[in-house]
Amino acid sequence: MIEIENLSISFGHGADQVDAVKNVGFSVAPGESYGLVGESGSGKSTILRALAGLNPFWSGHMAIAGQKLTAERPRALRRLVQMVFQDPFGSLHPKHTVDRILSEPLAIHGFDDVETRVRAALERVGLGPAFRFRYPHQLSGGQRQRVAIARALILEPKVVLLDEPTSALDVSIQAEVLNLLTDLRQQLGLTYVLVSHDLGVVAHMCARLSIMRTGEVVEIASADDLSEGRLLHAYSRQLLIASRGYDTQAIAAFGDF
Amino acid sequence: MDKGPILEVEKLNIRFNTPVGVVHAVRDVSFTMGREKLAIVGESGSGKSQTGRAILGLTPGKVTAQKLAFHGQTLLDLTPQQWREIRGKRIAMVMQDPKYSLNPVMTIGDQLLEAARGIKEGAAARQHALGMLAAVRIRDPERVYRAWPHELSGGMGQRAMIAMMLMAEPELLIADEPTSALDVTVRLQVLAILDDLVKTRHMGLIFISHDLNLVRTFCDRVLVMYAGQVLERLTASELEQAKHPYTRGLLVCPPEIDHRRARLPVLQRDPSWMEPVQP
Repeated sequence: MIEIENLSISFGHGADQVDAVKNVGFSVAPGESYGLVGESGSGKSTILRALAGLNPFWSGHMAIAGQKLTAERPRALRRLVQMVFQDPFGSLHPKHTVDRILSEPLAIHGFDDVETRVRAALERVGLGPAFRFRYPHQLSGGQRQRVAIARALILEPKVVLLDEPTSALDVSIQAEVLNLLTDLRQQLGLTYVLVSHDLGVVAHMCARLSIMRTGEVVEIASADDLSEGRLLHAYSRQLLIASRGYDTQAIAAFGDF
Repeated sequence: MDKGPILEVEKLNIRFNTPVGVVHAVRDVSFTMGREKLAIVGESGSGKSQTGRAILGLTPGKVTAQKLAFHGQTLLDLTPQQWREIRGKRIAMVMQDPKYSLNPVMTIGDQLLEAARGIKEGAAARQHALGMLAAVRIRDPERVYRAWPHELSGGMGQRAMIAMMLMAEPELLIADEPTSALDVTVRLQVLAILDDLVKTRHMGLIFISHDLNLVRTFCDRVLVMYAGQVLERLTASELEQAKHPYTRGLLVCPPEIDHRRARLPVLQRDPSWMEPVQP
């Protein structure tokens, strides 16, 4: 469903040039959920933004559903790839009702039957019709993230890009949203690319993942490799140890990468 | 050295007057702490941050308590002069995000000196500041001393902020989610610094967090807050034996690397958790 080869993305010019992504490649099968893990500045969100079409300045090869991606992207292809952002407080328009937030993408892509689709989208993410005419400030963080998921799904995409979808939420709400995402992938046959700094979330959601550091993939592993501790690169192993909690001896042994 | 409790809190209540009525954000919270690492854990809106702020007289809400005492001295009716002797000097607070908590138009060095004003001056203060930067394991203290906040990474900024809070060598440090804006490895390194400081300087630490799994491995004791009340008190090492369904729910709902499940258990909130807790 997704093919990426030799993807490089840089910002700035001359001495100020930052190579945010360097020769990254991976592929994701239809219906698969793929994880990108790394610390801040590792380039994981930059890849996601390029895939979503939010940054046209990249080089290499990317294809979605067999169609090669170029800087200009046809509307039909844009519809197939939707994104859910990290911060549910920043990603919904504060002065638009849920109804308007959900109807706008339908209008842009020329869908009919807006009323039915909006109702169905709310139903699908576990929000009743009572939420339809509320403003974002009248919703909790978890409810807002459900609206963001409904907005991504209302265009019937094939690929959903999830950028830290639960890192702004409490753990109990995180569990509800992750369960919802799991169910939706099964029901609708969606393909996910999930970006997270939380190895637990990625191990739960994804069968395969890339571990990234300073723009490069240091290791491609499976969720089983993670849970059984079969990681090859010293950086990935350190990340795994750090995810297990506070341990003075382990911290003293941390290297600088 | 003084062996008595550093802080005694009895029946602390915080109320906010809002246009839709009074919000009772913290309800009858009581605890006593010595030179230890005490965690206050809860979800957003549980009242954990307001509790931490009330100790320093920094909450905008209306605070009442039967007792709120620091080394036996009440904190409930201090004059601004008396507060100045305590705030930042004997009790200090580390905030969540160095991006918003450091002054963007002052160098790190000037901010460190400001924190020590009235305690150390001139060259002695500068030496002390460089020593504090070294104590939080900043490798090149001279460079960071001259740096502006925007020139530092998140982890470095957070370490500089901890150094600032320690300039006056406080007896009690309140840390409100001090590491949640940091990457996992940096987070643990910052915790190791706090841990050392508690041990070597005999400080008390109140660690406010939403992360029960982190607290389990880092702190000595844990207070679990829900809807403004302390629902359960536990020794951190015995967190696994928590009895309250809320604490148990919080422990099992995060995804685990070693123990993968098809679905995550979801917290079933019981309205009875809102009712007053019997002491």
